[in-house]
Amino acid sequence: MPSDEALAAALANDLDSAFEALALAWEHRLYAFALRMTGRPRDAEELAEETLVQAWRALVGYPPERRRALRLRPWLFQIVANLARNRARSARRNETLSLDVEAPGGAEEPSAAHAAERIADDDPLGNPEAALAREQRLADLAALLLTLPATQREVVILRHVEGMGYAAIAEVTGEPIGTVKSHASRGVARLRLALERERVAAAQEAYS
Amino acid sequence: MKNDDERAGRSGALTTARGLLADCRALGDAQTSAPIAEGALIRAGLADAYLTIETPLGLVYVAWNARGLSAVTRAESAAAFEAKAYRLLGRRVYHNAAPPQRLVDALSAWLAGDEHAPLSFDLRGQTPFMRAALLKAREIPYGEVRPYSWIAREIGRPGAVRAVGTAMARNPAPLFIPCHRVVRADGHLGAYGLGGPASKRAILSAEGLDVDQLEALAESGVRYVVSESGDSYCYPTCQHAYSIPPQRRITFASEAEAQRAGYRPCNVCRPPEAQLAS
Repeated sequence: MPSDEALAAALANDLDSAFEALALAWEHRLYAFALRMTGRPRDAEELAEETLVQAWRALVGYPPERRRALRLRPWLFQIVANLARNRARSARRNETLSLDVEAPGGAEEPSAAHAAERIADDDPLGNPEAALAREQRLADLAALLLTLPATQREVVILRHVEGMGYAAIAEVTGEPIGTVKSHASRGVARLRLALERERVAAAQEAYS
Repeated sequence: MKNDDERAGRSGALTTARGLLADCRALGDAQTSAPIAEGALIRAGLADAYLTIETPLGLVYVAWNARGLSAVTRAESAAAFEAKAYRLLGRRVYHNAAPPQRLVDALSAWLAGDEHAPLSFDLRGQTPFMRAALLKAREIPYGEVRPYSWIAREIGRPGAVRAVGTAMARNPAPLFIPCHRVVRADGHLGAYGLGGPASKRAILSAEGLDVDQLEALAESGVRYVVSESGDSYCYPTCQHAYSIPPQRRITFASEAEAQRAGYRPCNVCRPPEAQLAS
């Protein structure tokens, strides 16, 4: 897979073929990010595709030197994040009867969502029971992420799922680095707390 | 005495506080089979590129994308090809007047007999069976032929000889996926999508195969050959057999006959083993 710098340079030289390379190099990462943001595979596919189309339209209008200077990851993730926010907002507007104000990640269909996604296993030869348990564990964690407030969720995903640095995340969200860090640590603390509660509840269930 | 994990019940399946960050990272590996990039490329007006290349069968149009060759065919004009490719691929193709040199070199090298020419193929539209059959055809050496049944057996579907024929007929990249090297077991060349049997004969001849000799052998019932000094039976075009002069050649009409005479299947061209009744 070409590096982001190489891709940006190629975009400056030969936009058409470099964009094809970009689309193929990024489609899964954009999808994964969109999936963690929305929780819905179909939405994530649409968001990822829409992101590439918007990126293409923007790139066509950029002069070569601007394309060369692009930091692709924050730039692309920013498009995903904006699209996801807009989508969540219009979804809320449309759901006039719904009392659900926060979770844009449709908590109503988590099982379908997670059944449809595949998580690349580090050890495909390992025993299937462990793989299944891992898949379930990750699906539970993905669902838990969706319960975070949108601002925290976005930052936690960028930091801990995508592994981005705080400076790059600040580029995505347009917030000061300090704010980004505080979203991240609050989000993680919230996840830890929720996991601890679930663990205790599960343990009690087992004893009862 | 239950151990902790059993007592904890379902909690064994929960992310632990310590495993949280590692599990978060794993969430980034989600993949989809949805054609996101393709959808975007089509919507962006981007699709496959194509070039034309001179071959033993005349001018051929070759469409490709980042995954590899997607469509190879002859056409009366560029417009005719573009229309045909759109029908075949469901996306547009653009003429690339300055194709990557690496690709041009690889295409030429392959046509000249270089089996290691770095070519890849976009076989997304094909079933796994079709893909297996097509890629298996690429293992037939330049200037040699194998029966449809060889492909079927090699890909683990010995009963699917007809389906192999269908797969070859639908080959999206003839010449580069050399379905012309797949022939009928009775020695007849069989059908060929890129211009019919005459073209199949022409391309095999261009690869140095003596098609007349091959047909004459098949006509006289020969399926396998062995050299006087050899101990294994081969398809007649196998590199181990092709150069055997007729006077030093022992021929067989079936694998059973060859095996009864004490020969084993060649492990280069891999003809079938006979199912001999004991």
